[in-house]
Amino acid sequence: MAARALLLPLGAAGALLLPLAFGNPYALSVVILALLYAYLALSWNLIGGITGQLSLGHAAYFGIGAYTSTVLFADLGLTPWLGMLAGAVLAGIAAVVIGLPCFRLRGAYYALATLAAAVILKVVVENSNELLGGPRGLDVRLLHDAPLYFQHTSKLFYYYVVLLLVGGALAANRWCLRSRFGYYLTAIRNDQEAAAALGVDARRYKLLAAVLSAAMTAIGGTFYAQYALFISPEKVFGVHLSVQIAVICIIGGRGTLWGPLLGALLLLMVVMRFEPRGVIALLGRALSGSRRLSGKAAKVRREAA
Amino acid sequence: MSLLEFRDVTRQFGGLRAIDQVSFEVRENETVGLIGPNGAGKTTLFSMASGFLAPSAGEIWFSGARIDGRPAPEICRRGLVRTFQIVRPFGEMSVLDNVMIGSFLHHRDRAEARADALAVLRRFGMAERAGQPARTLTLAGRKRLEVAKVIATRPRLLMLDEVMAGLTRVEMDEIIALIRSLRDDGVTILLVEHNMHAVMALSDRVVVIHHGRKICDAEPEVAANDPAVVEAYLGGDEE
Ligand SMILES: Nc1ncnc2c1ncn2[C@@H]1O[C@H](COP(=O)(O)OP(=O)(O)O)[C@@H](O)[C@H]1O
Ligand SMILES: [Mg+2]
Repeated sequence: MAARALLLPLGAAGALLLPLAFGNPYALSVVILALLYAYLALSWNLIGGITGQLSLGHAAYFGIGAYTSTVLFADLGLTPWLGMLAGAVLAGIAAVVIGLPCFRLRGAYYALATLAAAVILKVVVENSNELLGGPRGLDVRLLHDAPLYFQHTSKLFYYYVVLLLVGGALAANRWCLRSRFGYYLTAIRNDQEAAAALGVDARRYKLLAAVLSAAMTAIGGTFYAQYALFISPEKVFGVHLSVQIAVICIIGGRGTLWGPLLGALLLLMVVMRFEPRGVIALLGRALSGSRRLSGKAAKVRREAA
Repeated sequence: MSLLEFRDVTRQFGGLRAIDQVSFEVRENETVGLIGPNGAGKTTLFSMASGFLAPSAGEIWFSGARIDGRPAPEICRRGLVRTFQIVRPFGEMSVLDNVMIGSFLHHRDRAEARADALAVLRRFGMAERAGQPARTLTLAGRKRLEVAKVIATRPRLLMLDEVMAGLTRVEMDEIIALIRSLRDDGVTILLVEHNMHAVMALSDRVVVIHHGRKICDAEPEVAANDPAVVEAYLGGDEE
């Protein structure tokens, strides 16, 4: 018991001090991306893990988050901290629009329908040249050291922000698993009809879980935009991103509290083992489909330094 | 007063008329046996009354409100629940968590729902299996869990669909005692059961269904000697 009580503060202290252990910024970049993946997997876990609705379209919400904060910042000068919340709300609405028809479908049909929804959004963004930059994407205006505008030349800034996100997502999952809401979601995953026979309005609870999950995922999208300082439809709406989020959660253990974290850790270890120096490129490519992430963000930081 | 009432209910499956203009009622505090050969339409009646199937024609009323075609969760919240003939435990969840899904109907708080569910499990003699995953229970255990889950919602009327099928004599007597105690608590019961001993022992009245039609509605002794009922069971085109 005493050992378990110590685990949390020790883990938190370890996470806070971890950056001191890294001599090079590459390692920190890898950890930041792994933590972002952990955060996304934790967000996905609410609907895909606990509720058992295998969404393969979470890039839709990630992209909505990234584009909303970026466009609001570019056109209205709104700080991405607030743009992030606007993106979360929009993603929540999108989750309702996608969920209402898709939740009628089961299993593979649901997975394919959510995947299709994300692809449609990507195509729409690609074809809106004026407002959203079309297939080439958008740059985030550079302010260098502006924490109030969710920007900094130091990677440490992003490390602590994503650490906070992971902490928040863990808390949300823990709350969920221990509340009536989470019990109902688990029952729905096991047998939706049997849950309905006990008074559980499955559609309502699935929608709530989807909205929460989508809003959290959108926040990850804003983080990514601010970290990479560049977004494009391929990077933030891509099918591979949707699949990766789901796979990380599934290999770690879907429906559990620590599974998504474990999945991200496994990914990190595999990548570290096979290519300790090219890790960032690999992870960067995994997330974005190109090398531009490391390229541009690193260049900005070099210039600033 | 009539608590549950079927009024000229018909249910068509393609060309098959599974239920054909059936009318009967269940009064408050009554235990009614619903019997009939396999395929007679008993489960179909339960599915319609619990919101899982809509009737093709006719009406179903519960406690003064028309409920046919309403969603299953709403009907449960009104106090009308059913068990499933083919049991449906939440397999990955513990026995206790299964029952908590029922007791959460009246509690938002987890500790309260847990206390309620534990009380139900003690009453069902399952307290020592509370932590076990539901899928590891024996058939008798799963049948009993099926009843415990719905009892935790504190229903006014309980529809039991063959909860004794496949049980040993001893297990069956335990369930009969349990149903009696529920009845004594004021729960109204509509009981589908093949075992005549159990039906006769528990029912105040028996409704007999055959080929989707009601052929008898009487006291147990009267029904047992009704020529149409004897014919339905022994007449031979069924089993
Ligand atoms: N969903 C369904 N689709 C088609 N036919 C069904 C369906 N459910 C039941 N039936 C048919 O309706 C009849 C009544 O079935 P059921 O209500 O399960 O009988 P019982 O419970 O009395 O054994 C049977 O002939 C059965 O095959
Ligand atoms: Mg049946």
